[in-house]
Amino acid sequence: MSAEGTPSVGAPATRRDGQERAPLVSARGLVKAFPVRGGAFGQVVGHVRAVDGVDLDIFPGEVLGLVGESGCGKSTLGRLLLGLLPADEGTVLFDGVDVGRARGRELAALRRQMQIVFQDPYSSLDPRATIGDSIAEGLRAHGVPRARREQKVREALELVGLEADHARRYPHQFSGGQRQRVGIARALAVEPRFLVADEPVSALDVSIQSQILNLLRDLQEQLDFTLVFVAHDLAVVEHLCDRVAVMYLGRVVELGTRDQVFGAPLHPYTEALLSAIPVPDPDRPRRRVRLSGEMPSPLHPPSGCRFHTRCPIAVEGVCDTEVPALLPGDDPGHVAECHLRTGAHRDLDPGRAPAAPDA
Amino acid sequence: MTGAPADPVPPATAPGGEAAPDDRTAAGPLLDVRGLRTWFFTSGGVVKAVDGVDLTVGRGEVLGLVGESGSGKSVTFLSVMRLVDAPGRIVDGEILFDGRDLRTLSDAEMRDLRGSRIGMIFQQPISSLNPAYRAGFQIAEVFEAHEGLKRKAGWARAKELLARVGIGDAERRARAYPHELSGGQAQRVMIAMALAGHPDLLVADEPTTALDVTIQAQILDLIADLQRDLGTSVVLITHDLGIVAEICDRVAVMYAGQIVEEAPTRPLFLEPKHPYTQGLIGSVPVIGQRRERLAVIPGRVPNLVDLPVACRFAPRCSARVEHGLTQCTEALPALVEVEPGHKVRCFLHSDAVEAVPEVPVEVGRR
Repeated sequence: MSAEGTPSVGAPATRRDGQERAPLVSARGLVKAFPVRGGAFGQVVGHVRAVDGVDLDIFPGEVLGLVGESGCGKSTLGRLLLGLLPADEGTVLFDGVDVGRARGRELAALRRQMQIVFQDPYSSLDPRATIGDSIAEGLRAHGVPRARREQKVREALELVGLEADHARRYPHQFSGGQRQRVGIARALAVEPRFLVADEPVSALDVSIQSQILNLLRDLQEQLDFTLVFVAHDLAVVEHLCDRVAVMYLGRVVELGTRDQVFGAPLHPYTEALLSAIPVPDPDRPRRRVRLSGEMPSPLHPPSGCRFHTRCPIAVEGVCDTEVPALLPGDDPGHVAECHLRTGAHRDLDPGRAPAAPDA
Repeated sequence: MTGAPADPVPPATAPGGEAAPDDRTAAGPLLDVRGLRTWFFTSGGVVKAVDGVDLTVGRGEVLGLVGESGSGKSVTFLSVMRLVDAPGRIVDGEILFDGRDLRTLSDAEMRDLRGSRIGMIFQQPISSLNPAYRAGFQIAEVFEAHEGLKRKAGWARAKELLARVGIGDAERRARAYPHELSGGQAQRVMIAMALAGHPDLLVADEPTTALDVTIQAQILDLIADLQRDLGTSVVLITHDLGIVAEICDRVAVMYAGQIVEEAPTRPLFLEPKHPYTQGLIGSVPVIGQRRERLAVIPGRVPNLVDLPVACRFAPRCSARVEHGLTQCTEALPALVEVEPGHKVRCFLHSDAVEAVPEVPVEVGRR
C-alpha cells in the first residue's frame, strides 16, 4: 500500500473527483540557509538552515496547511514556494515552470499567478497610499489599463466584504480586521492561481479571526485558487485545510490529509503538538504527551532524527545516529519522517499512543 | 497548610511581621474589587478603560479573566497593583486586599506589597527582566529585600527556586543574563521571581501568549503545580479560552471595560448566558470539532470614549434583535446572579438596571 513509483510526495493518488492530477506547485530538495552574524565585528559565525531539504507537492484547488512552532521554517518555505526568496538548493516548479530560473516576461506572468497575504495588516500596507492605490498597484504592474483597474479594485473590495467607496480611504481609517480584508483584496485582485497566506489571522482578536477565516474559506471555494495556509494554530489549520504538512527544524516531518494528520498522527512530534493545545472544553479528558526541553537551536540541529532530543519514544543507537526519510505509513498519501513509525525500525515502536494519562 | 515539605518557599510572613493569613477558610475573599473605574484622560476624550468592575478572588482560587484587546482586563489588574500611569487614573472604587483598601496605601507600602504578597508575571518575560543582571541575582535580590538574606544565602535560595520551577542546570542558568535565556526559560525565571516573595496572589497577564504551544503547555503545567502546592491564589489574564478551560476554577468575561459574565468554569463553557460569551466560544475553532462555519460576532469593539449609558454589546448583539429587546440601548443592565455563582449582565436574563454613579473625576483619589 505504499506510494511506490509515484514521483509526488505524500500525494493523494486520486482526488475527490477520482481524477489524477498533476501538482500545481512542486518543490524538490529545497534548502535555504541564512547567515548568522556575531562576535565583535559582526562576522558570519554560522548558517541557520531554515529550510533543510523539503520535497512538497501542492495540488490545484487544495488548501494545504503548513504548521509548526517558531523557527521551524514554515514562513521561509512559504516564501520559497512563491519565489520571493531564492533557494540555495533545489527547485520549485509552478505549473511546470522553474520559478528560480524564470526571467522577464515569464517571471512577470508567474508573479501575477502567485500572491501572498501577510500576517500583519498594519505594516504591509503603505500608510500614504489609498486602499484603492494599494490594490491597484499589482494590476498596474501587470499592465491592466486604468479604467479596467478601477473596476477591478471595486470588484476586489466587494469580494472581501468591503464597500467600493472604501478605495479612497487610507489604511489608518480601518480596523485590523478590515485591513486584513484589504490585504486579501490586494492579493486576489490579480486573480492568482496560487495564494500563500502567512499567519493571516494571528494578529487579530478572536472575534475578528473567525470573520477572516470564514472569508478565506468562502473565497477559496468560490474562486478555486490553491491556498497554502501558514500557521502555528493547529485548530485553525484543522478548520480550514484539506491537507497538512507539519514542520520541525526546517524539515517536513509529517504530511497527510486533515483526517490522517489530526485523526491518526504518525510522528511523535505531531502527537505532542496536538496534545499540547489547550481545548476550550472543560469536560474533554486531557492526555498530554509532555515534551521535555525546548526546540534545539537550528544553528546546530541534532544528529540523526532532529526530534530525538525531545522525543518520548526515541531509541538510542537509531534515532540519534540515522537520518530518517519521509516515508509512507499504512494509509496512502500519509507520510512521516520517523524510524519507528514509518521507517525501517517499526519493530522498536513501543506501541501507538505512548502517552500516559495525565492528571 | 503551607505546601509540600520539599518546598523551598517557606510559609509566608506579611511585611509587618505578623503571620500571613494562610488559612484558606479565613473570612472573606483575598481580593475584593468594588466599583472600580480607571479612566484615561486623553486629548481625544476620556477613555473609560475600566468602568464599574466588581470582582473577587478567593483564597487558593484560580480566576480566569478573559477578554479581547481593549476589554480592560489588563488595566483592571494594573489598577489593583496601582501601576496605572498618567494619563490613566483610578477615579472610583475600592480595592480590598485581605481587607485593606490598596488605594489608601502609600507608594512605599504599595511597593512593598507588590514584591511580596502580590507577584506578577507578564507576556514578554525577557523584556520584563533587567538585561544588565544575571537571572539568579535578580531572584536573590527579592530574598535580600524581603527576608534580609545576605548575598550568598540569597543566591543559594535563587538556585533552589530555579530548580523548583523546572530550570535544568540551575547552577549555570542562574549565571545567565536574560538575553541568553529562551522565552520559556525567561518565563520560568519570572515565575521564580514572583514566587520568591511567597505571594498570596499571583497575577499572570498573558503569561504564555509569546510562547510556542509545547512550551506553553510546560508553563501552564508549572503554574498549576505550583498553585496546588503553595495554595497561592492566581489571576490568569488571557484571550485564550482553551487555557481558561484547562486551569481556571472560575471565569470572568470582560467586554468594553465591564464584566459581562462570571461563573465557575464548567457552567461558563457548557451554558454561557451572555450573547458575547456565546459568540466568543462559538468563534474559536476547536481541535477535534469540525464545524462548517465559525460563529461571527459582527462589527467591532466600541470606542470607549463617550459611550452611552446602555449595554455596551448592544450594537453587535444579534440576540437583542431576535428577542426584540429595546431596553438594551436605553439602560445599562446590572451584573446579576441568575444561578448560584453564575452572574450575567444582560436584559435577556434579568431586568435589573445598573445605576451609574456621577463620578467627580477632578477630585478622584489616586
